[in-house]
Amino acid sequence: MIIKGKVHKFGDNINTDEIIPAPYLVTTDMKELGKHCMEGIDASFAKKVQQGDIIVAGKNFGCGSSREHAPLAILGCGISLVIAGSFARIFYRNCINVGLPILTSGEIHKNTRSGDILEVDLLKGEIKNITQNKSFQVSAFPPLLQEIIKAGGLMKWYSLNKQLESRK
Amino acid sequence: MNITEKILASHCGKKEVAAGEFILADVDIALGNDITAPLAIEEIEKLKAKSLPHPEKIVLVADHFTPNKDKESANQCLKVKNFAKKYNVKNFFELGCGGIEHALLPEEGFIMPGNLIIGADSHTCSYGALGAFATGVGSTDLAFAMLSGKIWLKVPESMKFVYHGKLNDWVTSKDLILYTIGDIGVDGADYKAMEFEGEVIRKLSVDGRLTMCNMAIEAGGKSGIIAPDKITLDYIKQFKVPKGKVGIFESDKDAKYANVKEYDVGKIEPQVAFPHLPSNTKGVSEAKNINLDQVVIGSCTNGRLEDLRIAAKILKGKKVHANTRTIIIPATQKIYLQALKEGLMEIFINAGAVVSPPTCGPCIGGHMGVLAKDEKCLATTNRNFIGRMGDKESEVYLGSPAVAAASAVKGRIAHPEEVASRKKKL
Repeated sequence: MIIKGKVHKFGDNINTDEIIPAPYLVTTDMKELGKHCMEGIDASFAKKVQQGDIIVAGKNFGCGSSREHAPLAILGCGISLVIAGSFARIFYRNCINVGLPILTSGEIHKNTRSGDILEVDLLKGEIKNITQNKSFQVSAFPPLLQEIIKAGGLMKWYSLNKQLESRK
Repeated sequence: MNITEKILASHCGKKEVAAGEFILADVDIALGNDITAPLAIEEIEKLKAKSLPHPEKIVLVADHFTPNKDKESANQCLKVKNFAKKYNVKNFFELGCGGIEHALLPEEGFIMPGNLIIGADSHTCSYGALGAFATGVGSTDLAFAMLSGKIWLKVPESMKFVYHGKLNDWVTSKDLILYTIGDIGVDGADYKAMEFEGEVIRKLSVDGRLTMCNMAIEAGGKSGIIAPDKITLDYIKQFKVPKGKVGIFESDKDAKYANVKEYDVGKIEPQVAFPHLPSNTKGVSEAKNINLDQVVIGSCTNGRLEDLRIAAKILKGKKVHANTRTIIIPATQKIYLQALKEGLMEIFINAGAVVSPPTCGPCIGGHMGVLAKDEKCLATTNRNFIGRMGDKESEVYLGSPAVAAASAVKGRIAHPEEVASRKKKL
């Protein structure tokens, strides 16, 4: 699975109130949430994003509330991948569960500028910064998470296992 | 093994688990609210599930935007109510039946020591106060748990925090946890279980312990936990028929910890977290000349009876400052009623504070006390992120109910001893 897109860079400790402010939590519609993505930190962010773009952030991305509306807003506004130095744990599992691709790397944050073009092979964990002609390698997901990611999220993984069980 | 590893092992049919291991564990209670449950409900409806295997293990609470703040939030509550009816979820707490989830569940006896609790709300970690493993998850996790009774988990590493010595006047569990977060930072315990120990913890009431474990997430913690003792067991005795199995676990002497932190609480004064992170903590004596437009006493962190009693002790016979709107939010209907019986509500109203029905309301900038541009608020809540309580250019300071009540009287951030005599100390 190859992802190619333009980088939007953020700093450390970006919290879910910034990703999607609480007053917008009155809907579960991904597109509607996407219109307000990152509004707590950059009111015009959603307008700047082109389908397939990539967020690169520092450490503890997605800290704070457990709202799954945060990864949904990111997906809804067209972001294809988030690479951060580290992720807050509830946000991390929410991304795996809803099928928003993520990678953990502090090196990328240090070596990437806003507007750079990245090409990422998700399964191999290979990241190429096309603009700066640099390559990076990040570690792969543990087996259980790979299974969930390959299925396309937790509910699809659940359905898949249900089907397997009923065939037994 | 430590207490967290023991509880997790007992929930996945293993004799032992170790930090870093991935497990599929059995869930004792799965919790959702009016904001997070709708997403989970949509997932379940997509699969056209006819029934749920364990509806008695599901608790749904309408608390975040209730009383419904607008028609969209009314629709979300209705969605949860209809789902509960359709799938026979008896433990649905609507407005008037319950209150803020993390005060409500322990009060209703849903949390027992040794249980594994997941909740689609980050402050689910509160329940570690009763010796349970409890962690916040997302809506899809909630859907999966409702359908399968299970949750995928990485066994966390544990960090131990030991509190020694004697608490100074007016220092509460809120101050201990704010101090700790200030020490280790907002990601200081990322992915880890925070185990609280020491003679100071052993003297804390269940209300005080809930406050400490509630804010584990503000240091990035997966959970907070306090091993059960006589205080825990006395608390659960009130439930004649426990809703779950009780499991008393404690950490082995040779249990592994990623880190052990020891604190002498005698060095800690009441704490205030400055904008815009819960880790920006300072002693209240360093918070000089910060005038306040609003004070909020409530939330899943500090809206319990003990909190209201402390606030009333300070506000009795006093008036809140003319420039400082003061909002008091009892966390549940039961707490509200008990406070009423004890005469606390009369004290608050006579002091010029307003009493709101149980709700998360202003803590998430929903309603019932949202801030305007440039306004400053001191709140007993748990987060002071940019715009958390309203306008992006407003400021939230976090503190204990004692600091909040004293600050309401002074109209600026104040030490409780500026307002109440030492004789009234806790």
